Amino acid sequence: MSSYTYRHYPYHRPAELDGKSERRPVVIVGAGMAGPTLALALAQRGVASVVLDEDDTVSLGSRSICQAKHSLESWDRFGIASRMVEKGITWEQGELYLHDRPVFRFNLQPEPGHKFPAFVNLQQYYVEEYLYERCLAEPLVELRFRNKVVAITPSDEGVTVEVETPDGRYKLDADWLVACDGVRSTVRHLMDLPYPGEVFHDRFLIADIRLLSELPKERRFWFYPPFHPTNSVLLHRQADNVLRVDFQLGPDADPEEEKKPENIDRRLRQMFGPDARWEHEWTSVYTFTCRIMERFVHGRVIFAGDAAHVVSPFGARGGNGAIADVDNLAWKLAMVLGKTAPVSLLDSYCSERRAAAQENILNSTRSTDFITPKFAASRAFRDATLSLARDFPFARALINSGRLSVPTAQPGSPLDTADTDADWVRGPAPGCAMLDAPIGREGEGWLIDRLGPDFTVLTFSDYDSPVTEFPRGTTGVCIAGDGLARQRYDARPGTTYLVRPDRYVAARWRRFDGAAIAAAIGRATGNG
Amino acid sequence: MADTSTGALRRTLNLARPDDVYNAIVDAHRDLSDDQCRAFDARLILLLANHVGDEVLQEALVAARETMEET
Repeated sequence: MSSYTYRHYPYHRPAELDGKSERRPVVIVGAGMAGPTLALALAQRGVASVVLDEDDTVSLGSRSICQAKHSLESWDRFGIASRMVEKGITWEQGELYLHDRPVFRFNLQPEPGHKFPAFVNLQQYYVEEYLYERCLAEPLVELRFRNKVVAITPSDEGVTVEVETPDGRYKLDADWLVACDGVRSTVRHLMDLPYPGEVFHDRFLIADIRLLSELPKERRFWFYPPFHPTNSVLLHRQADNVLRVDFQLGPDADPEEEKKPENIDRRLRQMFGPDARWEHEWTSVYTFTCRIMERFVHGRVIFAGDAAHVVSPFGARGGNGAIADVDNLAWKLAMVLGKTAPVSLLDSYCSERRAAAQENILNSTRSTDFITPKFAASRAFRDATLSLARDFPFARALINSGRLSVPTAQPGSPLDTADTDADWVRGPAPGCAMLDAPIGREGEGWLIDRLGPDFTVLTFSDYDSPVTEFPRGTTGVCIAGDGLARQRYDARPGTTYLVRPDRYVAARWRRFDGAAIAAAIGRATGNG
Repeated sequence: MADTSTGALRRTLNLARPDDVYNAIVDAHRDLSDDQCRAFDARLILLLANHVGDEVLQEALVAARETMEET
């Protein structure tokens, strides 16, 4: 049925079954998108990890297909992002329809001058395949397939994990355990931790098909289209000429009926017309929930991605939110393990990423309420907005068919040093993600390529007096000229930004001051 | 749509946080009956009408009526 060939990754008998046991700094549960990304980010900081997965292949089905710019920037550090861009579909344009008429077009990245596009559509199985390949070539990462976690014993100093394999059970001791094992997290269940949140009742049908005729290149969203007059439909293109069609079915739909191929084909026939031909790739009838754990860190057990928080699919905030978690966690965990930061630094992982998850849930709940209004007045305002949108551009801004994932701001984090200069008119404030820009004489390089693995000090100078001395342990980037970077950072000679390893701004000043930078790094690493 | 307006009514976005405003309006109707919604909207419209003044309101009345055929 699928055009993708699922390869089965080899299972190796773990050494622990033969009595060789060795304490591990980090054990990661789950080889989805987050787990291997975390393992690679830790490896770049010299930390070894073991990744356990009960399965031996990549994601079944396309699942998380919209890979956002900030995720691509993370994967670029492992050298696999350009492959994703090449394989995937870069899209910036979209069009929204009401009934049978186009209402307006939108462009997600009106601003050029970034290494990566706003989004690349690529099936989750490709993302995982590229991550696995990279992990298998990385000596500090051990990917263990068909290794299922069956028991967990946390203590003050670490965690003992009991693992089941085709050859029997073994125990693994770790300093830290990170659960990246998805919405139905085994680790969360074994620890009997609650997962409070909201359940939504509307059903949706995903039909991934390979259309054997002309393909639309852009994202399309319909409210009340003639081929599905009661609800909404979303259409998205993926790699290998695969289309995702997402039909809103309403709360009363019968999932068993809707899953039948003849019923799906009937819907697709109405949509694509009598001459279209297609093959099925994957189908799923789903409802969704928005949930968030009270705490993401429980002693030596840390939760990330869907295991810690889950949102509706509108806005591409599930997979991308998980990668942002991992970015935030990796450098902190590596520093704690290397004893260059106190364990309390991990509290900021919880506070920063919980705030981000709550923002993602708010955004995705609002999109859900717009797409599936829950009461009559809500529907009346939704429909009024749609009917005004063609003639009144302001109404287009109110249409919410998914506010697509951008890095969430983390204002007020205890790791940030607040602005002391009052004259900033733009530029990323502390708590905001840094911005990429073309740099170099001919604009031949990208700012994100110049960032170091740890803290980066970004400073702007004139050509005559470049800054050459940077605080120890930081990567220094001195920019002279470069109009776009200067503009994005509201910079003039002397302007200096301190960028965290996860590409968030920790502090900024109007002049370069080594002592101030050192103090801000101390604060941002829990050593202040 | 015939454009008979004098251009006093803004067509482009004039809200700093459009999603917040939209959701505040919708949420204000939560748990109200249909009659209560109508009464609520009437108050809201009168308050805003007084604030925006005669000219803008005249144009808004026309725009609201003319876009109705599309729903």
